[in-house]
Amino acid sequence: MKRLLPLLLLVTLLLTACHGSQGMAEFAVPEEFDASRDYEITFWAKNDTNRTQVDIYEKAISDFEALYPNIHVNMRLYTDYARIYNDVITNISTGTTPNVCVSYPDHIATYLTGQGTVVPLDGLFADEQYGLGGSSLLYDGPSMDEMVPQFLEECRIGESHYAIPYMRSTEACFINKTYVEKLGYEVPDELTWDFLWEVSEAALAKNPDGTFAVNGQNVLIPFIYKSTDNMMIQMLKQLDAPYSTPEGEIQIFNDTTKDLLFTISPHAASQAFSTFKISSYPANFLNAGQCLFAIDSTAGSTWMGTDAPLCDIAPDKIVRFETVVRAIPQFDPGHPQMISQGPSVCIFNKRDPQEVLASWLFAQFLLTNDVQIAYSETEGYVPVTTKAQNDPAYVDYLSRGGEDNKEHYFAKIEAVQLLLDHTGDTFVTPVFNGSASLRDAAGQMIEEVCKSRRRGQTVDEAYMEGLFEKINSLYRLDQTAASIGGPGSADDLGPLPAMSKGLLIVLALTWCGIAVWWLRSRKKE
Amino acid sequence: MKKIFAVLLALSMVFALAACTSGSNEPAAEPEVDIFAKGEGVMTYAEYAAADLDTEVTVETFVQATQSWWDNTITAYTQDNEGAYFLYNMACSEEDAAKLVPGTKIKVTGFKSEWSGEVEIVDATFEIEEGEYIAEATDVTALLGTDEMIEHQNQFVAFKGMTVESEAIYKWDGSGADGDDLYFQVSKDGQTYTFTVESYLCGAGTEVYEAVKGLKAGDTVDMEGFCYWYEGLNPHITSVTVL
Repeated sequence: MKRLLPLLLLVTLLLTACHGSQGMAEFAVPEEFDASRDYEITFWAKNDTNRTQVDIYEKAISDFEALYPNIHVNMRLYTDYARIYNDVITNISTGTTPNVCVSYPDHIATYLTGQGTVVPLDGLFADEQYGLGGSSLLYDGPSMDEMVPQFLEECRIGESHYAIPYMRSTEACFINKTYVEKLGYEVPDELTWDFLWEVSEAALAKNPDGTFAVNGQNVLIPFIYKSTDNMMIQMLKQLDAPYSTPEGEIQIFNDTTKDLLFTISPHAASQAFSTFKISSYPANFLNAGQCLFAIDSTAGSTWMGTDAPLCDIAPDKIVRFETVVRAIPQFDPGHPQMISQGPSVCIFNKRDPQEVLASWLFAQFLLTNDVQIAYSETEGYVPVTTKAQNDPAYVDYLSRGGEDNKEHYFAKIEAVQLLLDHTGDTFVTPVFNGSASLRDAAGQMIEEVCKSRRRGQTVDEAYMEGLFEKINSLYRLDQTAASIGGPGSADDLGPLPAMSKGLLIVLALTWCGIAVWWLRSRKKE
Repeated sequence: MKKIFAVLLALSMVFALAACTSGSNEPAAEPEVDIFAKGEGVMTYAEYAAADLDTEVTVETFVQATQSWWDNTITAYTQDNEGAYFLYNMACSEEDAAKLVPGTKIKVTGFKSEWSGEVEIVDATFEIEEGEYIAEATDVTALLGTDEMIEHQNQFVAFKGMTVESEAIYKWDGSGADGDDLYFQVSKDGQTYTFTVESYLCGAGTEVYEAVKGLKAGDTVDMEGFCYWYEGLNPHITSVTVL
């Protein structure tokens, strides 16, 4: 028995060492893809609640499976990035992540806190056989040179690329030109924030019967912003004001942020300005003649305007007006800055490298021209490859804007053209574990100020101090990567909970006890 | 004999007195509690309906149903004997969420708001009070397409003898999957309406969710649910019976 004890101790030690090690071996590209085996891969896809986009995913899967009959792709549909994020987090802990997943880089940064969870793609990009434009691919994919560099760069987290871009969009301002001109203004080619505030306040003039003079209705919200996260982020960027460092140091609580909130505040009080969260979709108000400036994603352009192919309001509520599309307002129109956004695709690591390679083959297939062009045409999306952007079929599509109110709906194609013209003016915010929370916090400050003013509350210096404190605490911005150890570090999880510390102490004491008992037993021998 | 009679009489008196005493010990009938009576500082439904948007409101109401608890908030369909209140994303711990069973009386303070035509209370907090009430479904079939329908907004209502126009789809355009909201169209007197099975209220696996998935065009159905609004009537259905 005594001889058995050291062996038992060794086994226990090995088991203890294994426990808690959730990390997966680093993925290495296999020399050959083993086409003699069958693979079942799961693809978590996001669509904009758009049946055509679902159809395109399904066709892509079917076309891919025809080329690679041994790879079967099972798709799970989402319409909300937050739901994907939550489900992935849950599945990381159970080791049941999907193989291929549409994600935002902000979210991927959090996934990376699990060791080896997401596959770094640089090795796959460069692989001669299976990489971008690789010689052994069974389809005509883009080469590295044919990826739009800005979009690819957005998928870099630290030193590696952890995703490929799938589609890109930005935001645009959809304007009721008829009403702007009725108020005595011309819509400029380049909007400024001052112009929007001025026209929005002017639009609030009322008739003696209490209706708004510009639309003759009881309801009017001249300026509605869909994503206040983007609103704050872009305003700060345009003013070259701090937001965060690439390492994750939070810098948003600064005087410029405060000034911006003070600027927005009176327009929230007068109700010249509101938000999606407070009032509803900008498109619904725009199309009902109850909004002059609706800012939303270019990927929402098919909802915007009198003749929009998609609409949520009853036909008898739609008002006829002329719609124009502009870039978002700027502080310095000579140097426009606008956000780049849209879905990217990441690959989760698995124990079987061949399964990962199969996942990569499918993910890369999403970059082929047929998929890129078809999907981008469903909304105001831009293909992420120059190969697709320069394809004659795509060039022809762009040239036919306004030919009809469906496939060639003018607002959609103008929104796309806007991003194509301004790709060099786009930016993204730094990605780190916690950057998704910072993004939420940026928008929430605008929401809070708007709600407070609508409710007759005072927004002053003291209010701002309280707001900064509240948002910092609510979004746990003092617990982001930079304050602890940088992106992807194990320290990102914060200090050990008291119970864990207690368990470790008990474990240590038990080992000490065993050691003492064993030494004493040896001594007796 | 007289002595015996006197003793019997005395005993009778004792018993009679005892009976009287025991009778007087019975608890007095409790005065009927009006569970709908409003406490101090609490609005009646009429006062709530008249309040401006963005003003602070305090109401006492009874939970009729809740959506799934999420991130320390809960969305509740509530009603008293005068009207209904939709409580959107009310602050609520997971522990308290378990107490919000149908019938529970709560006192709610929040801000009156409107989102796409749906009048609701947002940024709300609540406390549980004594009392229980579950509303009967009001048959509003005859009000479909009339301006009166909005007066029943958020109430538990019934629609009788509706005709299914199309099979249910996941999400408004069929772009979702099993487990997402179900949308289906029903008609009455030549007018078509979009009804919803809200997945956070009655998700996959619930009787109504599975029943609606099985509806066929041409079916005649009776339905119950909450008179929710999104750019017009958009009831959240909780039960369906194929006739």
